[in-house]
Amino acid sequence: MSALVLAGGQVLADGVIDFNVGALGRNFWSLTVSGLTYGSIYALVAVGYTLVYGVLRLINFAHSEIFMLGMFGQYATLMLLGFNPSGDVFQQGVLLTIVFLGVAMVGGMAVSGGAAVVLERVAYRPLRRRGAPALVFLITAIGASFVIQEFVHFVLPKLTGNALGGVNAQQPIRLVQPSTQFELFGANVTNVDLVIVVAALALAFAVDRFVNATKFGRGIRAVAQDPVTATLMGVSRERIIVLTFLVGGMLAGAAALLYTLRVPSGVIYSGGFILGLKAFSAAVLGGIGNLRGALLGGLLLGVMELYGQALFGTEWRDVVAFVLLILVLMFRPTGILGESLGKARA
Amino acid sequence: MSTEMTTTAPAPVHLGVGDRVRLWWDALPRQTQWVAGVVGVLLVALLPVLRPPVLTTVGTDFAGVLAQFGMYALLAIGLNVVVGQTGLLDLGYVGFYAIGAYTVGLMTSPSSPWNLTDDWLSREWGWLFAVPVAVAITALSGLLLGSPTLRLRGDYLAIVTLGFGEIVRLLADNLSTVTGGGRGLNQIAYPVVGQSAERPNGIFSAGNTGLPLNSGTWWFWLSLVLIVLVLVVVGNLERSRVGRAWVAIREDEDAAEIMGVPTFKFKLWAFLIGASIGGLSGALYAGQVQFVVPTTFNVINSMLFLCAVVLGGQGNKLGVILGAFAIVYLPNFFLGRTELFGIPIDGNEIANYRYLFFGLALMILMIFRPQGLFPARQKLLTYGREVYVIARRAAAAATGRRTPDTTGGAR
Repeated sequence: MSALVLAGGQVLADGVIDFNVGALGRNFWSLTVSGLTYGSIYALVAVGYTLVYGVLRLINFAHSEIFMLGMFGQYATLMLLGFNPSGDVFQQGVLLTIVFLGVAMVGGMAVSGGAAVVLERVAYRPLRRRGAPALVFLITAIGASFVIQEFVHFVLPKLTGNALGGVNAQQPIRLVQPSTQFELFGANVTNVDLVIVVAALALAFAVDRFVNATKFGRGIRAVAQDPVTATLMGVSRERIIVLTFLVGGMLAGAAALLYTLRVPSGVIYSGGFILGLKAFSAAVLGGIGNLRGALLGGLLLGVMELYGQALFGTEWRDVVAFVLLILVLMFRPTGILGESLGKARA
Repeated sequence: MSTEMTTTAPAPVHLGVGDRVRLWWDALPRQTQWVAGVVGVLLVALLPVLRPPVLTTVGTDFAGVLAQFGMYALLAIGLNVVVGQTGLLDLGYVGFYAIGAYTVGLMTSPSSPWNLTDDWLSREWGWLFAVPVAVAITALSGLLLGSPTLRLRGDYLAIVTLGFGEIVRLLADNLSTVTGGGRGLNQIAYPVVGQSAERPNGIFSAGNTGLPLNSGTWWFWLSLVLIVLVLVVVGNLERSRVGRAWVAIREDEDAAEIMGVPTFKFKLWAFLIGASIGGLSGALYAGQVQFVVPTTFNVINSMLFLCAVVLGGQGNKLGVILGAFAIVYLPNFFLGRTELFGIPIDGNEIANYRYLFFGLALMILMIFRPQGLFPARQKLLTYGREVYVIARRAAAAATGRRTPDTTGGAR
């Protein structure tokens, strides 16, 4: 190891990091495909950060734990539907599998959305009433994410008779066996990739329409633009804030199901943290507070992360994501699209 | 005069217990304060020797816990400069701790390619030589991280520093040819002094388990000395132009800039000083444990350090030390305990739940007492000591109490 390898494969110099351009070139399209699947998951989680930031100017640090609760929510739903974790893939037929996945997604969305609303109610609202400074919100969010993580770590297994939670990851419940459906420029596209990208795009389209074309969405944009005037115009700020947390939480829950399709053994109490940080990076990359920016940023981050992984090696994947975040914040803190939620066109 | 004071008796000003203690302390003569301080530090230093009955931990070595507290106290003091004094939320402080520890490790561990103890550095004195280097390198890393990122707004800074902390850990994990990767670096040098027949490797060696003066006690004493030194330095900085600039930045950065405070420069200074104290603590850790692995420097530890600062009271040096004590001591207090004052408890279970309790404590504290348990009081920094005396007189007059130096005697 530790050699600088170029496309031809000849060793250039001994170094600490492998620098493998050849791998990137060879696998470009397959990297792009799996980058887009991860990216669409990041995008959905990033929407939660962006909506809350747009409305409250608050980085909801605990959003990653909302996502983690969503993973447990969909897992619990599947268990209630009668699926017990085993090594095998359940063969249910395409139609029935889609129905079960849909129900699990709704379960995940319900848990995440509910948890986000409770978080807002219990942790953030009292601070807002007191007019606390931004730092206080952030510290509360850190406290909340400790509490949620440790709840799943220690308390949940007690409540469910060790069926859920605990130190170890959940035994995966596999409904779908990844199998190649077609090839795209030589890259295999599996059914899992298809489901993830299609579902994420559909949800992204739905939330975009919701924010940009409904009465509630207009309320969200109004509060994001100018809370005082919005209140004077008859928009209930408190209700809009709850709605924002609900929508963000539900999307995180949906993303949780899609993520477990891709990474079946990722259902663990600590599984939200890194993903949340990346989703936040995605939101910043696209321009935090900007809905379409979050979607774009998510896809970009997912793809670039995998290119970086091919270039430097698997263990550098997270580093690529964080370095990207730091670079974006240094050179373009407003992100690529840079608009705020309020200023987006109606 | 005295009759005037009692007859016109103004509405009593409500003073909390903390404020009254503070006024009383500030009014003491300088010498008394010093004597009381020295006695206090000595009493704390005697803790691992006396091993008081209820306080002594059951599950782990008490002196070891105190040594860990010493390192956390240093971390809390350093982080307090950044978070409490200057108001910059740094969530990647563990990165500096890691850099300090790894610098010592890389310089003195035989498994590191940059080991110097083979060549010209002796095993006995290698640690002592590595500590200032570690502090310098950590300060440099603070400069490197701070100079591009300190122009960011507060909440962005928090996330960038979080990313930095995670990157440092990932680097330690991934650069396995240098850092040993997940296996870490072992046999790190430590000060070899006080060798004897029963302590062949000296008093600081981890092999020194002879009670009461085991290695934990010695490391605790060493960290106490360092804490006092750091407190003197940081305290003097706080009372200087630098400290006033920090407070101005914390209270309102824009206003400070307009008033002519070069905010970026002073923020960078705060970052640098905070980082180097973190590095010092990391170097201490590497020497004590003689072993570093990446998992010790998980980002969750950053949150724990922040917890210590917020719990204790941002901006109050003694407060954050008490916060660090709570963070380190409380879980260890319950560890291995089966009963407390006759009540049967499952101590290990309670110790397991520590993050849950710390999280809850943070949330509740932020709602009801965001300034922390022992909040800092802003003093008139420019005028120094004589102001305390005047303030005390005014407060005493306001509460209608007798003040011996203004009244002529009889009431």
